[in-house]
Amino acid sequence: MYQFIARRLLSTIPVLVIVAVLVFLLLRLTPGDPAAILAGDAASTQQIEEIRETLGLDRPLPVQFAIWVGQLLQGDLGESYYYKVRVTELIAQRLEPTMSLAALTIVIAILVAVPLGVVAAWRFGGWFDRFLMGFSVFGFSVPVFVLGYLLVWLASLKLGWFPVQGYKPIANGFGPFLHHLVLPAITLSVIYIALLARVTRASVLEALGEDYIRTARAKGLAESRVLISHALANAAVPIVTIIGIGIALLIGGVVVTESVYAIPGLGRLTVDAVLSRDFPTIQGVILFFSFIYVVVNLLVDLSYVFLDPRIRY
Amino acid sequence: MTVKRPLARLAVAAAFAATFATLGVPAAQAETTLIVVPHSNLAILDPIWTTAYMSRNHGYMIYDTLFGTDENNKIQPQMVDKWTVSKDQKVYDFTLRSGLAFHDGAPVTGEDVVASLERWGKRDALGVALMTFVDKIEATGPNAFRITLKEPCGFVLEALGKPSSNVPFIMPKRVAETDPKTQITDYTGSGPYIFVKDEFKPGDKAVYVKNTKYVPRKEKPSGTAGGKNVYVDKVVWNLALRDYQAQINALQKGEIDILESVPFQHYATVVKDKNLQVRKPKIGLQYMCRFNHLLKPFDNVKVRRAVLASFRQEPFLKAQVGVKELYHTCPSMFTCGTPYASTAGSDIMTKGSMKKARQLLKESGYDGTTVVIMKPTDLASIDKLPEVAAQFMRQMGMKVDLQAMDWQTLVSRRAKKDPVDKGGWNMFCTAWTAPDIWNPINNAALQARGTKSPWFGWPDDPKLEALRGEFAKATDPAKKKKLAEQVQAEAFAIATHAPLGEYTQPAAARKNVHGWITSGLAHTYWNISKK
Repeated sequence: MYQFIARRLLSTIPVLVIVAVLVFLLLRLTPGDPAAILAGDAASTQQIEEIRETLGLDRPLPVQFAIWVGQLLQGDLGESYYYKVRVTELIAQRLEPTMSLAALTIVIAILVAVPLGVVAAWRFGGWFDRFLMGFSVFGFSVPVFVLGYLLVWLASLKLGWFPVQGYKPIANGFGPFLHHLVLPAITLSVIYIALLARVTRASVLEALGEDYIRTARAKGLAESRVLISHALANAAVPIVTIIGIGIALLIGGVVVTESVYAIPGLGRLTVDAVLSRDFPTIQGVILFFSFIYVVVNLLVDLSYVFLDPRIRY
Repeated sequence: MTVKRPLARLAVAAAFAATFATLGVPAAQAETTLIVVPHSNLAILDPIWTTAYMSRNHGYMIYDTLFGTDENNKIQPQMVDKWTVSKDQKVYDFTLRSGLAFHDGAPVTGEDVVASLERWGKRDALGVALMTFVDKIEATGPNAFRITLKEPCGFVLEALGKPSSNVPFIMPKRVAETDPKTQITDYTGSGPYIFVKDEFKPGDKAVYVKNTKYVPRKEKPSGTAGGKNVYVDKVVWNLALRDYQAQINALQKGEIDILESVPFQHYATVVKDKNLQVRKPKIGLQYMCRFNHLLKPFDNVKVRRAVLASFRQEPFLKAQVGVKELYHTCPSMFTCGTPYASTAGSDIMTKGSMKKARQLLKESGYDGTTVVIMKPTDLASIDKLPEVAAQFMRQMGMKVDLQAMDWQTLVSRRAKKDPVDKGGWNMFCTAWTAPDIWNPINNAALQARGTKSPWFGWPDDPKLEALRGEFAKATDPAKKKKLAEQVQAEAFAIATHAPLGEYTQPAAARKNVHGWITSGLAHTYWNISKK
């Protein structure tokens, strides 16, 4: 087990190295000059050149790469060209909104999708099952920004229940924090509810056809216990896998929701950094995302041991 | 049961609504906090280091200026109390108002002014031009300074009171002594607001609190001049809210007080809302398409003039702005409604026609070279101009390659002087705020020193440069006006660029916001109250 964890942690190093090299090269191949952007619209070519020199962008690519890697080895992601702030500080500032949004989204998705999927599998072929499948298609199909605008129009502008935008840190109180986060989380959770409900339904349906379920029913167990303790418990591995992938995707994929609801999170930071060609920030954020992916996948793999005693590392 | 269930549902719904409605009360927002959504993100806090308008607006919050520009575009004293000019017009003596102090309590001195002007004079285009005339700038007393010129200069006060980037903001000497190529990190100013550095979160918010020790001028506020009275305790710039629809929603719901830039497509919505007020600046912005004078086919003046003859301003404005009351045609290269605007030389556009354009193109010897027009896809304020330009040019008989890219790519690529197949370009379109183009000196598109011209496109015309030089030295207003006309006539003759008409960018505020100055010169936040 410990060897497995150590091996997996060590395997993150080549992954991060490959990501670092690719991101660095791709950014340099992308058209766009950070110096021209920083200088402003009315700046002269001379001013742009001066800024390029200041940022070290006039140096050969291998030299720039070596400097960046040198900083990385010291745990330093560099300084944002645009904001003149350490990238680690920027990520730290933006982490809470994104993590909060992702966490609440996953909680909502699990609380809604898993029961729906179980009931749909239990009532396979019935109207509820068909309704859930229809909802899943809707959930996959509707763009997040369309859903966001619709919910804002209804729940904020018409009903006045929620603010239309913004984020309140949890330090300002749990009430305002939740109040600002509910609508974005619902918006973002729809696609995950659709995905998770389908996977839950399929897994539970498969489990319901197993011999042990027939045995459980034969010995007179309540249907709810059959469903939860036997069917759902045995269907947990694929469901947890999807939840894990969902968490990783959410952290990197909240861009649209953060834009629609003006949440100053990592997604918004990434978009700003890309638009302003803020190389150190883009590199830092992508490396951070990659690390999160690897760690979440590791945690998911480890959870299998607890969910299925047959699995051993 | 049948009775109880609906009641129970109703009770649950009511409880839910009440819970969230209570949570939604913006109790934390004090009445004296003004929440503003600026037109862009604030990243760079040194308004001398960059020409970005957001940095300029940040500068107006925390710094003061020696002179300002009023709503009639006239230069008025601001930090300066009085000044004299010698008979030979080579020595300017200035005395500062009494009571001027920086946020740390230190008085503003002549030495602070000298250091600030010297730093600005190394960055700003007009500042650099002014410094070519300057023999020395010196402090002549605790609250006085002198500018001595080598020869008379016609734009000393215009430069010191220029309203747009880079504005000569006055900083403490210790700050102004920072290398002009390095950004400052100390944001001590003497302006009406104090920047709260600890609360600044890039991409999220910038916070300014009232400078209670600021002594405003007695005159009525006007443009960037007059009394900078502050009636709110705090101004918060919401930098995270950048989705257009979300901005409008937030304004309508009262979560923000001011929206600096209302997108044209939402203009009608804002106008109809009785809780909102729409503000249209007195002077507008000018659209233009710029030729690259270094490359074929626009290295040929006849081709450039043919393009001017083919362009009609109305279709550009209609396609880009769409709202009739927000745009107007303008035959001038200097913003219409400002002192140097005229029709001189504009016949090529105002009396042009497609027939004439085709004739001119034929006479030019155009060889069918494909014209690369750069089209920004992510800048809604100018993204349709290249398409209209391409259509006119195709109708005239030119081959056009409309290349889509994001604005930042365009900004980088337009600095390239290379041939098209090595990343160069032939044309791009942009917009300028009025103060940036309203005279022959600061209008970057009129610089004609070939590859030595600091702005992109690089026209080369000694006659135009000579006329600009004469304008710079002229001190008589009538002579300056005449020279500006000659400059414009020559610019049209060589077709430096194509002016495409003007528009005003509407702003909006809640009805309870009073006193907001929307001159079109810059976005400023003094004189505002919430009632």
